Amino acid sequence: MGLDFSVVPPYLDIILIGALWTVALTVGAGLLSFFGGIFFALIALYTPAILRLPFRAFEWLFMGTPLLLQLFLIYFGLVQMGVDLPAFVAGLIGLGLHFAVYNSEIIQASILAVDKGQMEAARTLGFSRAQALRKVVVPQAVREVVPPIGNNMIALLKDSALVSVIGVGELTLSAQLAIGRTYRPFEFYLVAAILYYIVNLGMEAVLRRLERRIRLAR
Amino acid sequence: MEKNQPFVEIRHARKCYGDLEVLKDISLTVDRGEIVAIIGPSGSGKSTLLRAINDLDPLTSGEVWLEGTLVNQVLTHHRYEKHINQVRQDIGMVFQHFNLFPHLTVRGNITLAPRMLKGLSSEEADQLAVDQLERVGLLDRIDFYPSRLSGGQKQRVAIARALAMKPKVMLFDEATSALDPELVEEVNLVMKRLAEEHMTMIIVTHEMAFAASVCDRVIFMDHGVAIESGPPDRIFQNPTEERTRAFLSRHLRNS
Repeated sequence: MGLDFSVVPPYLDIILIGALWTVALTVGAGLLSFFGGIFFALIALYTPAILRLPFRAFEWLFMGTPLLLQLFLIYFGLVQMGVDLPAFVAGLIGLGLHFAVYNSEIIQASILAVDKGQMEAARTLGFSRAQALRKVVVPQAVREVVPPIGNNMIALLKDSALVSVIGVGELTLSAQLAIGRTYRPFEFYLVAAILYYIVNLGMEAVLRRLERRIRLAR
Repeated sequence: MEKNQPFVEIRHARKCYGDLEVLKDISLTVDRGEIVAIIGPSGSGKSTLLRAINDLDPLTSGEVWLEGTLVNQVLTHHRYEKHINQVRQDIGMVFQHFNLFPHLTVRGNITLAPRMLKGLSSEEADQLAVDQLERVGLLDRIDFYPSRLSGGQKQRVAIARALAMKPKVMLFDEATSALDPELVEEVNLVMKRLAEEHMTMIIVTHEMAFAASVCDRVIFMDHGVAIESGPPDRIFQNPTEERTRAFLSRHLRNS
């Protein structure tokens, strides 16, 4: 049985809507993971043990267990606790927190790499430590993390396919839906793969521009 | 303020790192408008003493006073932070390695603290940046990022940044030590001009000629002790202490 892509066009709208959901998930979870990463990094570096140690445990939980399991926990597990999240929100939170923990590691290293003199100069002017972090240290640290966090964002895009198992109608699930009706897995998975790749290219282009802008601004 | 109250006063400053005592019971006063140089071999504690004045390196014991206010007050963490951030606005500091904020332009470097800490509008802060840059002769660099400035220009911007807070006293921690020799003079010139405006300055330096020409008083420190203090003429021409003499002859021979 050869390939026959004529089965695709009738389902193209479903697939493209799925692709849009994938983009929405990636952008939403990406932003969550970025700002969450900064937040976690600040907790890890600058809070007393009473906050820092529970955070460590939380971090190990997210780094040491499968993302798929985390999604199940958030979507199915929390219902039992009376928290009934829509699948999209559960997926957003699961992906966002998972990658926030990875981003936090990168951001911590980058904050520590900012010259000590920067904090000193800011404190000398009269800034509090929090103000100095916000206006002087973190903005410099964030500039250094665009390439490694960009890599995490690409991983996030690919891992967003996992949320199909909790029923978010993203690209992979849309492809599966079309396959269910047509019994043509090869064609639809191939189309989905191409769309993932296109989104990926778009994301890389955005990241490259971001990197260039940061380079120009110094 | 009482008439005879010293402007800056350090009382019985001691600083220990574990068993190492880097400041051994140092007391000194600086009058308003006075320009004091602290000289001495590296490791003598002069930078530590300077950094104790704004409590960047807190003393183990002793007191620092600025215009009748105890700088290193013992307070609860929260109240101390509030207090010290207020006091530090009055104490400008210039570092050996400039410590300009590389992610901000010259304008951003100068206006950040006045805008955030003194609530200046961006127009007011801009005007302030223009004024201070004129003072250090770098108005044409206002929109440059620090990476595009020479070392001497960076240090002049750092001075302008400190001046923009309208400090009562300026601390210079080896402000020219990291500069190429040909860039030292432009920074010295800016400091000289400040001296002429009667800015109170405490200057840690290795440049004896500069100390001699600009300062009202020179303090020689060694091993955490203020060995001797006096007008530059006397210290440089006619030191009474053997250690001062040894340091100066070594230093002048090398330079």
